[in-house]
Amino acid sequence: MDASSPLDLLRGAVPDAAIQPLPSVDMPTLSVDREHLLEVCAVLRDDPRLQYALLVDVTAVDRLPAEPRFEMVYHLACVGAAFLTAGATQPAPASRLRLKVGLPDADARVPSVSGIWPTAGWPEREVFDLFGIVFQDHPDLRRILMPDDWEGYPLRRDYPVQIRKDAASWSPLQLTPEEFARNVRAGHDKAVRRAHPAVPKPDGQ
Amino acid sequence: MADIEIPVLTTSVEKMVQWARRSAIWPVTFGLACCAIEMMAMSCGRYDIARFGAEVFRGSPRQSDLMIVAGRLSRKMAPVLRRIYDQMPEPKWVISMGACASCGGVFDNYAIVQGVDQVVPVDVFVPGCPPRPEALIYGIVQLQRKIDHQRMSA
Amino acid sequence: MPELRSETMTVNMGPQHPSTHGVLRLVLELDGENIVSAEPTIGFLHTGIEKTAEQKKWQQVIPLVERMDYLGAQSNSLAYCLSVEKLIGLEIPERVTWIRVLIAELQRLSSHLVWLGTHGMEIGAVSVMLYCFREREQLLNLNEMLAGFRMFPSYIRIGGLREDLPRGFHEAVQAFLDKFPAKLDEYHKLLTKNQVWIGRTKGVGRLSREDTMAMGLVGPMARAVGIPYDVRKAFPYLKYDTFEFTVPTATEGDVYARYEVKMEEMRQSVSLCRQALSRITPTGQFDCRDFRYVPPPKDRVYTEMEALIQHFLLYSQGFNVPKGEAYVPVEGARGEHGFYVVSDGANRPLRVKARAPSFIACQALPKMIIGGLIADVIAVIGSTDVVMGDVDR
Repeated sequence: MDASSPLDLLRGAVPDAAIQPLPSVDMPTLSVDREHLLEVCAVLRDDPRLQYALLVDVTAVDRLPAEPRFEMVYHLACVGAAFLTAGATQPAPASRLRLKVGLPDADARVPSVSGIWPTAGWPEREVFDLFGIVFQDHPDLRRILMPDDWEGYPLRRDYPVQIRKDAASWSPLQLTPEEFARNVRAGHDKAVRRAHPAVPKPDGQ
Repeated sequence: MADIEIPVLTTSVEKMVQWARRSAIWPVTFGLACCAIEMMAMSCGRYDIARFGAEVFRGSPRQSDLMIVAGRLSRKMAPVLRRIYDQMPEPKWVISMGACASCGGVFDNYAIVQGVDQVVPVDVFVPGCPPRPEALIYGIVQLQRKIDHQRMSA
Repeated sequence: MPELRSETMTVNMGPQHPSTHGVLRLVLELDGENIVSAEPTIGFLHTGIEKTAEQKKWQQVIPLVERMDYLGAQSNSLAYCLSVEKLIGLEIPERVTWIRVLIAELQRLSSHLVWLGTHGMEIGAVSVMLYCFREREQLLNLNEMLAGFRMFPSYIRIGGLREDLPRGFHEAVQAFLDKFPAKLDEYHKLLTKNQVWIGRTKGVGRLSREDTMAMGLVGPMARAVGIPYDVRKAFPYLKYDTFEFTVPTATEGDVYARYEVKMEEMRQSVSLCRQALSRITPTGQFDCRDFRYVPPPKDRVYTEMEALIQHFLLYSQGFNVPKGEAYVPVEGARGEHGFYVVSDGANRPLRVKARAPSFIACQALPKMIIGGLIADVIAVIGSTDVVMGDVDR
């Protein structure tokens, strides 16, 4: 078994990427620049010596007032002999890896890794919902936990913990049959989907 | 007394209606969070809410008398809760089960409604996080007493 | 004669639906009885726990995280405590580790019992639920012995346990473990060869190996398609590598396979409980005795000034955790469960993020139900064992 570390393999496979090891107590941690994130992820998943087939979680940390403010965090795992990726003939050792991508406040966008690990779909939506980080080329970037018309991104550090709303806003929904049908279908029909200001329009504006 | 052939019991219509309403409170199946598990435990063998006539959990709000708000109510869920409450036929009652439903509990934050009484009128609050099934049974018994004292004419 | 038209129908299921395990909403598009498309909508139980946790001291987060996955409460607090302890670098005594294993396995049993009960009830076997809750009550009694609380004992703390095991706990667990396997046989008799059960679960909600891994499904869901990945084996925590147990797997990947896997897991858990119980000495340490993180013993608090001051400081200001981050997953009842904790050196976390297996499983629901019948949706949701508190957090 090749004993070379993910860092060496990645530096060899994606020479342009700025990959730096970071100190950590629990698992190897690498920082990657967002321009090369997808290339690096593809290598991590497909290289038979790494086989990080399992994307454990995607999340973000808001480090206000530091800059870059946001930090995307990806936890990866190779489950060893339990699962071989396509093309691999022998198992890679079970291991974990953490990837980090720093994002500036003014331009909080990052390419979506849901093309590589489909499981990233919802966790990325959650990060968008709670942090307002935009994932480029995400198939379905909408709010997921908060109501569609919610303002602000609750998990940002400058968002208040408590907010009070007046009781009058809890009146029952009074929808016409047309509105109801549209509401029910909203998940399917992209044309009537309530577009969020931060989501890029389909025509690229 | 041998000449009385038909057993007779006299009462008022009001008393009889109160008795009927109180003895068969059908709750709507409406579990939100952790408290819902204790609500299920209450309906199972050890606590057996059937002893108090409230074991028939109905899936449809149209067939229910009681809504047990079991768990924290998020702002996204609040309009739904209100809608379900509006669908229930009169007379209807609400038990707010647990700290979160009653006042927001430990979750004093942006996402949770700080008390379901902002959304629907509550008859009985049951404290606890989650309340023990005994506590919820006590709440239902309190509700029965409340129903007993409700005047039809008012 | 009017023109014959065929169009799909959109059906809204939930959030108030008796069988969607809480407040899950599914928007289904139907062609007759077949499901053409499905979209789960979540967030109806979003509690903002992660935001609230940032305002609390490290130790105060434990009750919050227990209320995320409310069926596997103590695997939440275990995962959280392990992560924080990793970050601090605390050494945990062996006795505490064995007690934690015991509690984690009892919690798995309790969670699986609720799963089996509700899953059975939804498919039509109501008596299974009454049976399962009967046994679960005994597990809750054990929790009550530990902390006086049925569902969320908050017994596992950073640095050890809240207090020592109560008197009689050993015997009570032993009595439960002696009785439980027979009850498990009873459930098997009710369901495993029951033609109705087989008819409603076999071949339903099938997933392939590749899809399972691509969708990030781990735990019983993955083991039901033949991926023998178990955090306890692959990345041992709590010295699980010193215990003897097997990871049950199946190959079919349908609802019935998940049922088989979980039933066998319960048997393995009983064996693990027995092993852990035999290792727990009657007396000994129940925390790490590092008084920067755990309170000094009560007799010293009452007699020594320094201990009193330390006790006061711990409960008023909490403790600081060194700058850094940690993620230590555990094998919860629903799969890999872990907390990513970030500290900036203060007495409050900078970020607490749960890796929620139910959230990931919920995402994969359309893959399992599209192409199937609407009547099977309930069986599939039941088999994934989603807990909405864990999905929405």
